Amino acid sequence: MARAVTTQRKIAFTALAWIIGLAIFFPILWTILTSFKTEATAIADPPVFFNFDWTLENYTVVQERSDYMRYLWNSVVLAVGSTIFGIIIAVPAAWSMAFVPGKRTKDVLMWMLSTKMLPAVGVLYPIRLILIELGILDSKGALIFILMMINLPIIIWMLYTYFREIPGEILEAARMDGATLKDEILYVLTPMAIPGIASTVLLNIILAWNEAFWTLTLTTVDAAPLTAFIASYSSPEGLFYAKLSAASTMAIAPILILGWFSQKQLVRGLTFGAVK
Amino acid sequence: MATQHSRSAARLMMSPAVFLLLVWMLVPLIMTLWFSTLDYRPMRGTFDCCEGLGNYSRFVTSSAFLDSIVATLQLVGGVLVITVVGGVLLAILLDQPIWGQGVVRILVIAPFFVMPTVSALVWKNMFMNPVNGLFAHLFKGLGLQPVDWLSQYPMFSIILIVSWQWLPFATLILLTAIQSLDSEQLEAAEMDGAGPLSRFGHIILPHLARSITVVVLIQTIFLLSIFAEIYVTTSGAFGTRTLTYLVYQRVIESQNVGLGSAGGIIAVILANIVALVLMRVVGKNLDA
Repeated sequence: MARAVTTQRKIAFTALAWIIGLAIFFPILWTILTSFKTEATAIADPPVFFNFDWTLENYTVVQERSDYMRYLWNSVVLAVGSTIFGIIIAVPAAWSMAFVPGKRTKDVLMWMLSTKMLPAVGVLYPIRLILIELGILDSKGALIFILMMINLPIIIWMLYTYFREIPGEILEAARMDGATLKDEILYVLTPMAIPGIASTVLLNIILAWNEAFWTLTLTTVDAAPLTAFIASYSSPEGLFYAKLSAASTMAIAPILILGWFSQKQLVRGLTFGAVK
Repeated sequence: MATQHSRSAARLMMSPAVFLLLVWMLVPLIMTLWFSTLDYRPMRGTFDCCEGLGNYSRFVTSSAFLDSIVATLQLVGGVLVITVVGGVLLAILLDQPIWGQGVVRILVIAPFFVMPTVSALVWKNMFMNPVNGLFAHLFKGLGLQPVDWLSQYPMFSIILIVSWQWLPFATLILLTAIQSLDSEQLEAAEMDGAGPLSRFGHIILPHLARSITVVVLIQTIFLLSIFAEIYVTTSGAFGTRTLTYLVYQRVIESQNVGLGSAGGIIAVILANIVALVLMRVVGKNLDA
């Protein structure tokens, strides 16, 4: 009897969860489906879900616009570039704060966090002006630097919480066995730190890929990534849902896949270690 | 363990990060502060000193400022209510034993990874468009008059779009928190005859209190600077001009840098009030 009740409950909860899950996912599913339709089917009333003539035409059209590839390339360069430089600067900082904490370490960490809370719009004009004066407005290098800076506090924090979990006794044991500082870093710490660094890299690529304030306000043509490319669809001409969907699908697919792998890290990274 | 030597090495390792963040924070902020005291309108070629607090009083007393504060509060408040209430309920649901939990979880968190311009445009065109949007088809199918969402209910529509993006974040964090709850405690309460509601009110909700605080604070920080969603949907029209958007318009569109910078400083001050509270909560965790 009791078992029957729990099975019933499980069925009810499963049904409810799937309905809600599918409803939340629906806009993404709909975008993906629409990207395989012709423009006429895309706005058909009543809407068609699966029984239409699937076509790859929209993808080829969007691809053939020579500029799509450039936007995609810019997105990759900005996301990967800002992440690499961010990691290079953050690893030593997080490392020293985790393993050689001083009296001020906590204050320094909190201060770093506070720079993340500065509303970007408050410093938009000076940054623009500096870039114009230096002649690097709309350049990838400038954007890489800016994206690196806005995510640096998150990178340092995430790495710090990972490094802190590495037990200090292991270092002492290694030292007892005659390991030099170089051995210690290369053979003991690095292998233990790699999973944490990898997760941080993943999260940072996602954040940089989707960043849409600086990329919209500081780029026009040369450095514009996919966020700006998609925004250019906001003033449409004629029928364009299917093409918008194809461009959107290509813009979100890589990050969606990366994101699904990094659910756990996301919680830690975005709550600054407050929830694990 | 930490010798004098390793301590100075540590300081050296930290210095690039500290230096960069210091420059990144101070230089533009000081420039904004300076501009906010000038009559600075590049299009007209004015760069005149000594407005004092004139820009501030002009910014604060304009009706646009009050409207923008109202819009900001509506947006942030609306999204917070939807995502926190929805997030708690969804987290509890996903914590139940269900078939395909992993897949449902993936479906639920997906919107968080969609770039803001994509989600705003997809909602704007494919769902909320009064002629070809899915909602319009649905309304027509039900024999109702289709609604032009973004001009008739602009703020509601933007709240809906932004909530869709942030509900996954709240759900994911609250789910992580619920899963750390001791299930024996819940079972003991159940044995003692506590119903689902009192278990929720007396055990689950208090356990979640801290995580809810964290979700509220972090989302507030991000929501205060929502930009892309407004930029591609209404461009600040129809009462959706938040403080962030107002400052953007003053500085970039109407090129009144002095006035806009004063607004920017006000935005910084308001955000810092939220940030201070957040840091207290996060800081406590550092001691633990």
